[in-house]
Amino acid sequence: MTWLNAILQGILLGGFYALFACGLSLLFGVMGIINLAHGDFAVIAGYVAVVLVPSTHLPMVWGFLVVVPIFALGGYLLQRTLFQTALSRGDPLTILLVTFGLSIITENALLQAFTANGQSINIGGIIADSINPNNVISISDVSLAVLIVAVVLLAGLQLMLSRTSMGRQIRAVADDREAAELVGIDHRHVFGIAAAIALATVALAGLASGMISEFAPTTGTSNLLFAFEAVVIGGIGSLWGTLVGGIVLGIAQQIGAQINPAYQILAGHVVFLAVLAFRSRGLFAVREAA
Amino acid sequence: MSAPSGLLPLDALDSRGSYRVRRSARPSGWLIPVALGVVVLLAFMPGIVSSGDTSLLINVFVLLTISTMWNLLAGYAGMVSIGQQAFIGLGAYAVVVGSINGMEPFTVIPIAAVVSALIAIPISLLVFRTKGGYFAIATWVVASAAQLVISSITSIGGGTGHPIPGLSSLSPSQFANISYWSALAVVVIALAISYLVLRSRLGLVLAAVRDDEDGARAAGARVVLARHAVFLVAALGCGAAGAVLAVSQLQVQPASAFSVQWSAEIIFVTLIGGMGTMEGPIIGTIIYFALQQNLAQHGAWYLIIVGAVAVAVAIWFPRGLWGTLTKRLRFEFFPVGYVVAPDKRVATRLRVPESAPETAVAGDR
Repeated sequence: MTWLNAILQGILLGGFYALFACGLSLLFGVMGIINLAHGDFAVIAGYVAVVLVPSTHLPMVWGFLVVVPIFALGGYLLQRTLFQTALSRGDPLTILLVTFGLSIITENALLQAFTANGQSINIGGIIADSINPNNVISISDVSLAVLIVAVVLLAGLQLMLSRTSMGRQIRAVADDREAAELVGIDHRHVFGIAAAIALATVALAGLASGMISEFAPTTGTSNLLFAFEAVVIGGIGSLWGTLVGGIVLGIAQQIGAQINPAYQILAGHVVFLAVLAFRSRGLFAVREAA
Repeated sequence: MSAPSGLLPLDALDSRGSYRVRRSARPSGWLIPVALGVVVLLAFMPGIVSSGDTSLLINVFVLLTISTMWNLLAGYAGMVSIGQQAFIGLGAYAVVVGSINGMEPFTVIPIAAVVSALIAIPISLLVFRTKGGYFAIATWVVASAAQLVISSITSIGGGTGHPIPGLSSLSPSQFANISYWSALAVVVIALAISYLVLRSRLGLVLAAVRDDEDGARAAGARVVLARHAVFLVAALGCGAAGAVLAVSQLQVQPASAFSVQWSAEIIFVTLIGGMGTMEGPIIGTIIYFALQQNLAQHGAWYLIIVGAVAVAVAIWFPRGLWGTLTKRLRFEFFPVGYVVAPDKRVATRLRVPESAPETAVAGDR
């Protein structure tokens, strides 16, 4: 029963990783951007919630109504200005260095403004609620909600990409930018929309992380590697893959932790490397890596 | 990866007369004397400057060593690794293991470098299954996994780290001097190896792969072999740097030896200076430490400036500072590129000849 519990906890953790990795997967899959500032953007979302939401008199749980639109707009603007300029240089390393610089700037600006103390998003008693089918298994309501949000979000985005006009445009630009331009798609606008969606999901991930645990200016990078692992295990260009990748990683980590708490992260790495060894493009890749 | 803008357009190779392929700059007769002079001057530094400055210079040499190695990987072989800290940490821990077993810590440094390179062989077999962004992330995961494995071995200190034994016989000034000279030796050897590799057939293959992998394969370049070779050289250099760091700091901690912060510094230094030039990491390292020395007392603001410099250079000087400068001045301190020019001496700068790179160089050397 403890093993079953480890797998269930792994799925819940995997839901969080998938939510966290969603925006990374979109930027990586559509624009080939390895966004090293991704984790820091999530931390910013936490601080925005802590600072802005109390003045709106909304309950903290509804904070995403404030933060997500701000991030979507910010994502569009960031893409149309800085990221687009960096992408237009034609070298993938330019954008890597830009996001790396943004990461350093963000962490230290937050440090300057909010000190290194940890904060969390206080949502009251809900955080302690859980479903307990027996005395071993305990499923936290909030973690379950995060998993459901992740599944709905990734499924919704996958459907959006495959069924809607904007989704087709995003895929067209991701596959062949010049050809997409030839048929009249403005790739800069499409990239902007993709970045807006990506940043909106980052905001959700940041809020989820702030509710489940603490955040501080420098905690952003700690989840970044796991998010990258989820994206790569799943395969570039597939949001379903990112969901599965997150859950595979979560289960691997929880089973590792069950064997020995020191092995939690190592077990995730081993599964990641095993996936690379046997399926070097990830489980559900639709495209070569950028 | 796209071709750099320095590549000669095909239509420039018209049918007028014959062409020569030669070095992008004259093999500067004064390179060796100047380089030797600088090295000799640096070797006498411990007698001139304070001990605080020599320990700063050790850090400069270590960062320059690992950045030069990363530049070989990313700038010439097109393999962007975020995991070179794996080999820094492994080199450092090779010193721990060697000195626990009674070896003289300073003599372990070359052994640690070789150990790092040997461990790089199985790692390369795994990470070479990937490329591009996948490769970057895979190397990062390998480094994190290496840290976790080392942290779980209690006999070398586990997660808290281990001091380096066997150095108590040296006086503080002897220790400081030998540490400094070790670091200097490692960085000089790293730069020399980098220069020789880049001027060799291997360097030509690497540059060809970076500019056009399919073209290089079609021209008969042994791409996979070249990549493995440069990955091992980079592991060797990073292992030596990690070993120097371990000895000079008298202790090793897994969290700092395997820190991804190393990759951050390497990327900053190399891209600021100019990737794909030998001078780039040197310029970048100088800028990095100049910023640090002048601004570090401002705490967070210093790092905000470092981040802003990174963004600004990436946007406005995508070839890095040296890359931008050398394109204007057509000067190289370390001439490792090539030019193709009509025999009339109308030189057009070119990194790699357009066709059959290997025969081209064989005829020219």
